[in-house]
Amino acid sequence: MAEKGTLRVKKGMAQMQKGGVIMDVTNPEQAKIAEAAGAVAVMALERVPADIRAAGGVARMADPDVILGIMEAVTVPVMAKARIGHFVEAQILEALGVDYIDESEVLTPADETFHIQKDKFTVPFVCGARDLGEALRRVGEGAAMLRTKGEPGTGNVVEAVRHMRMMMGQIRKVAAMSADELMAEAKNIGAPYELLKEVKEKGALPVVNFAAGGIATPADAALMMQLGADGVFVGSGIFKSKDPEARAKAIVEATLNYDNPEALAKISRGLGEAMPGLEISSLKEADRMQVRGW
Amino acid sequence: MKIGVLALQGAVSEHLDMLKACGVEGVGVRAPEEFAGLEGLIIPGGESTTIGRLIEKRGLKGPIAELWDKGMPIMGTCAGLVLLGREVAGCPGQQLLGHMDTVVVRNGFGRQRESFETDMAMPFLGKAPFRGVFIRAPYIARFGEGVEVLGSMEGRVIAARQGRGLAVAFHPELTGDLRLHQYFLSMGKNLP
Repeated sequence: MAEKGTLRVKKGMAQMQKGGVIMDVTNPEQAKIAEAAGAVAVMALERVPADIRAAGGVARMADPDVILGIMEAVTVPVMAKARIGHFVEAQILEALGVDYIDESEVLTPADETFHIQKDKFTVPFVCGARDLGEALRRVGEGAAMLRTKGEPGTGNVVEAVRHMRMMMGQIRKVAAMSADELMAEAKNIGAPYELLKEVKEKGALPVVNFAAGGIATPADAALMMQLGADGVFVGSGIFKSKDPEARAKAIVEATLNYDNPEALAKISRGLGEAMPGLEISSLKEADRMQVRGW
Repeated sequence: MKIGVLALQGAVSEHLDMLKACGVEGVGVRAPEEFAGLEGLIIPGGESTTIGRLIEKRGLKGPIAELWDKGMPIMGTCAGLVLLGREVAGCPGQQLLGHMDTVVVRNGFGRQRESFETDMAMPFLGKAPFRGVFIRAPYIARFGEGVEVLGSMEGRVIAARQGRGLAVAFHPELTGDLRLHQYFLSMGKNLP
């Protein structure tokens, strides 16, 4: 009997995206540019994070017409964002047929206490995390893919670096622990014990982990890959830059050649201006997206 | 025996793990000079448009064709099935390798929501069923005379062989079942 939406099928979908770049797009034209540049998937949005940040107010799931238009335009998988805890937005996205749902801090949270119970859905979810405990809580709820939160829409990679270093460092620490130290660690970082045990045994997260939040240049993408990311999300970085087509191609190439400085030097040339960046300390606490969710 | 896994994007480490479990040396290859000495190649699952574009961009079409011409076995899983084919139905412009005389349908079983796993009869791998994991899987819609059908699902061809070429629409690398990889490795020995 055929079983749909098994954990293997959901996690497997993310495994097929490894080494790739997932790009934010807001219309069919951008989606086609992303696909032609070699994106492994696109994230369908009404506005990229930098514009959400600028607009203020409440950011919600995109208009279904925007999402459907993008789904018709490309053959690569299409992802879309639901607000944290907004399981009805997720139900609607699943009904639309999107390939992956991002329960995302880029949108205004709908629930300050509870995230979506993701294992009830047939469609897989990706969630953001800042450390190992948060990552494993999301996996415990059924997330089949993770990403760093970073600080979206800033064009500043410093927060994504912080979160990736934090997670990788914690994984190395757990892998080196003795078995009798594990329960205390699970309590300290707020991680489900069984999942932490799995991390210890594998020396790796139980699902694919991408970098996201502030990646704006080929060098940023390669940096995140060298720090241990399985792939890269680029939000505002592409379509807020001077030459999106060239930059999209360059970031795909850089993600593949992340450990080859000579290739990276070539790839980084002639791209025009990157998106304007924001200094994190200039953000008001209320404008920091990464603190949304727990 | 050294087997390459095309390491441009997708489920590369999973195939390397399977090769290791088969007792064979596997290496990720992404540049022309890395193809020297390979005795077979696996093209993994991933996004076929992305991998196809990178094959072109990095000049790997030649090295792969050389392996094929030398008689080395090449296996494609999921996106690899697409890339080994001659044409994608509805996408005449998509960059392919074209070593197998097949016309393929991408996302032939639907979107991710429709992705599934199931036990399949695969007589060429023995009596026990093989767990088929289908993720936005393609199928082979039409094929030439030299193509031998090895398996079907819902009336669609999901496993086929043409000489040294082996293509499956599912993901053996996600199951831990080594039989398909072992069959692939045995193809190299039985070729002239």
